[in-house]
Amino acid sequence: MSGEHADTGLGYTASELLGVMAARRLYDGASVFAGVGLPLLAAVMARKSHAPRLMIVVEGGVFDPEMLTGRLPISTNEMRIAHRATMLTSITDTFLYAQRGFLDVGFIGGAQVDRFGNVNSSVIGPYDRPKVRLPGSGGANDIISLCRDVMIVTMHEARRFVPRVDFVTSPGFVQGGESRKEAGLHFGKVSQVITNLGLLGFDEQERTMRLEAVHPGVTPQQVQDATGFELEIPSDVPTTAPPTAGELTLLRSLDPDRRYLG
Amino acid sequence: MKPGDFIVARQRLEAKRRHAGEKLTSAQDAGRLVKDGDHVAVGGCLFSRTPMLLVRELLRQQRRGLTLSRNLMCFEGELLMVAGAVDQIVTSWQGIGLPWGLSRVLREHVESGRVRMEEWSHLGLGLRYRAGAMGVPFLPTLTMLGSDLMDVGGSRPIACPFTGETVNAVPALFPDVAILHVHRADRHGNCQIDGYTHMDADIARAASTVLVTAEEIVDEEEFRHHPDRTAIPGFVVDAVVHAPLGAMPGECYGLYETDFEHFDRYVAAINDKGMDGVREYLDRWVYGPATHQEWLNLFDPATVERQRRFGRELTNPEVAGV
Repeated sequence: MSGEHADTGLGYTASELLGVMAARRLYDGASVFAGVGLPLLAAVMARKSHAPRLMIVVEGGVFDPEMLTGRLPISTNEMRIAHRATMLTSITDTFLYAQRGFLDVGFIGGAQVDRFGNVNSSVIGPYDRPKVRLPGSGGANDIISLCRDVMIVTMHEARRFVPRVDFVTSPGFVQGGESRKEAGLHFGKVSQVITNLGLLGFDEQERTMRLEAVHPGVTPQQVQDATGFELEIPSDVPTTAPPTAGELTLLRSLDPDRRYLG
Repeated sequence: MKPGDFIVARQRLEAKRRHAGEKLTSAQDAGRLVKDGDHVAVGGCLFSRTPMLLVRELLRQQRRGLTLSRNLMCFEGELLMVAGAVDQIVTSWQGIGLPWGLSRVLREHVESGRVRMEEWSHLGLGLRYRAGAMGVPFLPTLTMLGSDLMDVGGSRPIACPFTGETVNAVPALFPDVAILHVHRADRHGNCQIDGYTHMDADIARAASTVLVTAEEIVDEEEFRHHPDRTAIPGFVVDAVVHAPLGAMPGECYGLYETDFEHFDRYVAAINDKGMDGVREYLDRWVYGPATHQEWLNLFDPATVERQRRFGRELTNPEVAGV
């Protein structure tokens, strides 16, 4: 996690870059399942700019909240995230809205991501006697299973981008091809992996990870070097538009204490 | 009881001597209804509405061999683990919260094999409680399919009898005991909850025995005036204990906000002294105070007043947000 607050040398930190790129994926009228931290900042940022009717849903049972600046929530289950919501309900019922298909976008993170977009936030090593016991799924498995388009937001490091995750906490394309659907997940998919180096997607047939764009100042080779498996890299990789001054000002205004932006 | 055994669960409920009378009791007597080896489901979520008085009572009565379940487990789980009360946790996530990083207590106990962690997704665990609440052996869901969570908790992929599609059957969870903290209760066990309800109402109906602490004990007449606000009906509940500010240092919706600095100090002590940091916390905050009032007296009154003000501000819609 050490690098996410580091300055990229371009006038913004890696976490600011992730926040801006995530916000750009949100659109007016969409419903987004957001966790605390960068996903929530990105969602509020989108609502304050290009997506004023973005509906934010939080797993603690909170629909469409308007949080207080400088009082950013620590968890998904507390008053800070419930301020001025239009609905408060139970956790189970909140996820059932996602299972029914009402949630357009979801964000998740994790300790490991593999070439099929599977995410591990459970254990490093064997499940029963792990080398590292991580906190666990939380809502991540439900979000990736049930929302229509899921974005994985993470720092890009070879130790995170592994050929095969130690444990599939949250299923991306499982073993590639049609295996996600064959497991019973007819809907939803990992649409994009947003990292501090670029944007990655998945091959339409094989469902293996491919590079779709690099961020300013990053080469495709640098992305490959930070990835523990072979990426599909097209001959012509576009470069993302850098965060604008307006985007950065807005994002920073939402986290004045830099609790999540570092 | 094996997972999903709705017949035994129903038999246990029918065999229980239920009464419609006085349920108001002491924490000590309520705590005695929990036996060594019981599955105890903890209401609230993370640091919201954690029933701390009953958690402290289980620690003081030195329960052993417990299985704890809660969808997001927080420091109550850590206290019980370090005290040696817990063999297994059933949860989707355990930690204090994102800013505090990985839980050293969880790591030490699970990595060493002393505590088994049975992991479910949020919805998976929520539907297990709901199936229990409904008195059926399982519920079908689309979540967790295709993940390794299918193999660690007892999910079963089954063919839907109507469409033939694969769905995930999650077994009903019937906890031996539920411990909950609510805003208001009457002496017959009727309960009101303000704000988000977490999984409490399902947990209460699923469990064989239900112990409730309440911020306020109110007259039955208050329930008759607002029957639509009753989250848990009295006949579900076995014991009610008055516990003002009972979820501190966590929050209770509308009444007081979490004192995050309390958790800063708790985690700093663990970073400094390892599990001894937790043991010192137990001595000071659990074994030290003999009564709920003595425990309340340990909190700085100015901090409590500040957290109450924050609680009012955060639930006041007149204060503009972004």
